[in-house]
Amino acid sequence: MKLFSWVTKDTNIDFLKPRKYTYTASILLILASFWLIFFHGFNYGIDFSGGVLMEIKSDNKINVEEIRQKLSVLDLDELTLQSVGEEGNELSIRAQADNANEESQRIAVVKIKEILGSGYEYRRVESVGPQVGDELKRAGVISSIIAIFAICAYVWFRFEWQFALGALLGLFHDIIITVGCLSLFDFDISLTTVAAILTLAGYSINDTVVNYDRIRENLRKYKKMSQYDLINKSINDIFSRTILTGLTTLCAAIALFAFGGDALRSFSFVILFGVIIGTYSSIYISCVFLNVFDLRKTQEARAKQEVNPFGNA
Amino acid sequence: MYKLSKQRVLVILGICLVGVLLAIPNVMPKSVKLPSWWQPVSLGLDLQGGSNLLLEVNMKEVVRERMELLEDAVRQSLREHRIRYQNLSAGADSVKVKIDNANSRTQAIGYFKKLEDGLEISVNENGTIELKYSETALNILTKKVVDQSIEIVRRRIDELGTKEPVIQSQGSDRIVVQLPGIQNPEEVKALLGKTAKMSFHLVDSRTTAADAKRGKLSNSSRVMNSAEGGQLVVQRKAVVGGENLTDAGVAFQDGGAVVTFKFNTMGGKKFGEVTKNNIGERLAIVLDNEIISAPTIQSAILGGSGVITGNFTAEDANNLAMLLRSGALPAPLEVLEERTVGAGLGADSIKDGVFASIVGLIAVVLFMIAAYGLFGLFTTITVFTNLVLMLGAMSFIGTTLTLPGIAGIILTIGMAVDANVLIFERMREEVKNGRSTHDAADAGFTEAWATIVDSNLTTLVAAAVLFWFGTGPVRGFAVTLAIGIATSMFTSVTVTRLIITYWLNRFKPTKLPI
Repeated sequence: MKLFSWVTKDTNIDFLKPRKYTYTASILLILASFWLIFFHGFNYGIDFSGGVLMEIKSDNKINVEEIRQKLSVLDLDELTLQSVGEEGNELSIRAQADNANEESQRIAVVKIKEILGSGYEYRRVESVGPQVGDELKRAGVISSIIAIFAICAYVWFRFEWQFALGALLGLFHDIIITVGCLSLFDFDISLTTVAAILTLAGYSINDTVVNYDRIRENLRKYKKMSQYDLINKSINDIFSRTILTGLTTLCAAIALFAFGGDALRSFSFVILFGVIIGTYSSIYISCVFLNVFDLRKTQEARAKQEVNPFGNA
Repeated sequence: MYKLSKQRVLVILGICLVGVLLAIPNVMPKSVKLPSWWQPVSLGLDLQGGSNLLLEVNMKEVVRERMELLEDAVRQSLREHRIRYQNLSAGADSVKVKIDNANSRTQAIGYFKKLEDGLEISVNENGTIELKYSETALNILTKKVVDQSIEIVRRRIDELGTKEPVIQSQGSDRIVVQLPGIQNPEEVKALLGKTAKMSFHLVDSRTTAADAKRGKLSNSSRVMNSAEGGQLVVQRKAVVGGENLTDAGVAFQDGGAVVTFKFNTMGGKKFGEVTKNNIGERLAIVLDNEIISAPTIQSAILGGSGVITGNFTAEDANNLAMLLRSGALPAPLEVLEERTVGAGLGADSIKDGVFASIVGLIAVVLFMIAAYGLFGLFTTITVFTNLVLMLGAMSFIGTTLTLPGIAGIILTIGMAVDANVLIFERMREEVKNGRSTHDAADAGFTEAWATIVDSNLTTLVAAAVLFWFGTGPVRGFAVTLAIGIATSMFTSVTVTRLIITYWLNRFKPTKLPI
């Protein structure tokens, strides 16, 4: 019955030992991501870049070249036509109106419809002005930063400042590398992608907090154990949980990526990738990093000062 | 003995039952009529198809108009008090006037302060006084204009007969219009693109448009384009404004469509006076700075109602009557963003989403059973209960389910088992530490609780930020995520505990199967 009993086995892995290598790998990945972000850039969806997006469907196969020619009479910048779905009877049209403002975009939509005629089902028609796009871009960045700091503030409140710093590093690591990957694979960056990134932050911190909880508990339980061993033991204690939860969430994310449809593609990619990188960073960044501090000292200092308001931890 | 008190069992079962009841409308056929609090979850426009417009109120235009009015008021005030002035002009957001004499300048500022509330008055070194709105006054004005605009937009859209439109403000000067079921919003946009300011002006019959071009235009007149072709010179000051209209309709006269209108008492009285005193003159009917028609006044119109003739088709007349009935927009509206999803795409998205959910659910359940055996099976019950509770909660609260929201549900399925995994792993440890079956089961729940709360609250922080930042579909996702966190915390702790307690007492196992 229990096919996966290997997962629920006790482990005794030295997670801290390869830290030189894992740190190096993470730093290299972060640097590569920064390079991608600044030099390769993003494939912004119309949410952020502004522009016109239409999805049309026909009963027959759509001849992409024919439509490209028909539309070439219009003065459209960056016209991209992309066949959607397997049957080739769906097409997405993306364009920037010539001098991008709200008015010219609306006219572009009307003109495209005029040229294509009524033989198509217009499944999606979106037009976003450049002004809104810029605002959304700013809101996306600001909200991500606020989310990171709000989460860290919570960790600080419940643990010690060293833990909050570890959590911050982990989150930063996950988000930068995921964003770098989005750039590398030219995924469409839309509002839902930003939502996915914040969800990933939530998942990653969830994992980190579970590990931290155990470290804190063991700090109280095993007063004599060396900090190195204690962090290792804590991660091992709940390693089976880490793997199990990671795998179940991965199951859900894969289902979403495979069957959720085109509109959720970059969303589910972020979650999929995020579960893996989040699990990794919780252990190898957020937890291993704690070893640079003397946790016992701060813990004792704090214990003298105050009583934990929750009383249960 | 490991036991749950009767009250607690009842509360847990009660909550689950309520959840099931609230979720039931989602699987009932649409034809069944249900009370308003007992409805299926409402679908976002991206799932049911429809059009979403983001409009911006053009406040610059409003302020500019206000400044023109202020300029008149300033001129009047200065003339009234016989103060000499130069260079009186209205700009985009201020009115400037130069007064050389320092004494009369101070005097004038005193008079200006009484003109309107919220004016900021400054003087520069060469004696020019500048009047503009203060920040607060601008904010109040913006709010007022946006509120009025929403009211007018609602009236116009209601006239179209759209089902359940949502019209609300966003930010300081934006309006969101959601129109379920509308596939082609052109008609709506055309309707909202007109401010429909109507007024009646006497035509200045002594000046022709050609005269005006040669500079023979008095201050009180202006040139205006006519829809009937050409230009006419009309008096700047309206004899009656559109705000005095109470009703408008369509009638047919001599085979053509005409628009009939009715004034309120004050408007009717003014209209009667003007028509009585100006028989033989032409009266221009002006809509959005264009003359629709300028008939000659044949006789005094005293009944407070009249007819607008023009080259209308029946549809034109209908639209005009409708615009007049719903009133003028206080400011032009610009469409910043437009998103229309066809019903076909929405239906496909739902199909994809439901399929992905089912696959995800099966994968997660199989996985849990493979990892934990019997306890994995218990988790399955928990996960299902969680789904039902989520659906029930979303239906009851009236959350809008969007495409990202469906993704949120699928993710919740995966993440919700985390709490159970934490509990089971803790039980396993306690067994290993030599605790008895009952003790270990009990400790599993109590010891894991703090961790479950901590880890879920942090995710809730992320959801809260998403809600604050997001609009539309993203907000829907945040709400779904938050509800999922709440229900999964409840089910994975209480429902699982209920099942395990029952199992322990019923089968009295000597060993936990984990």
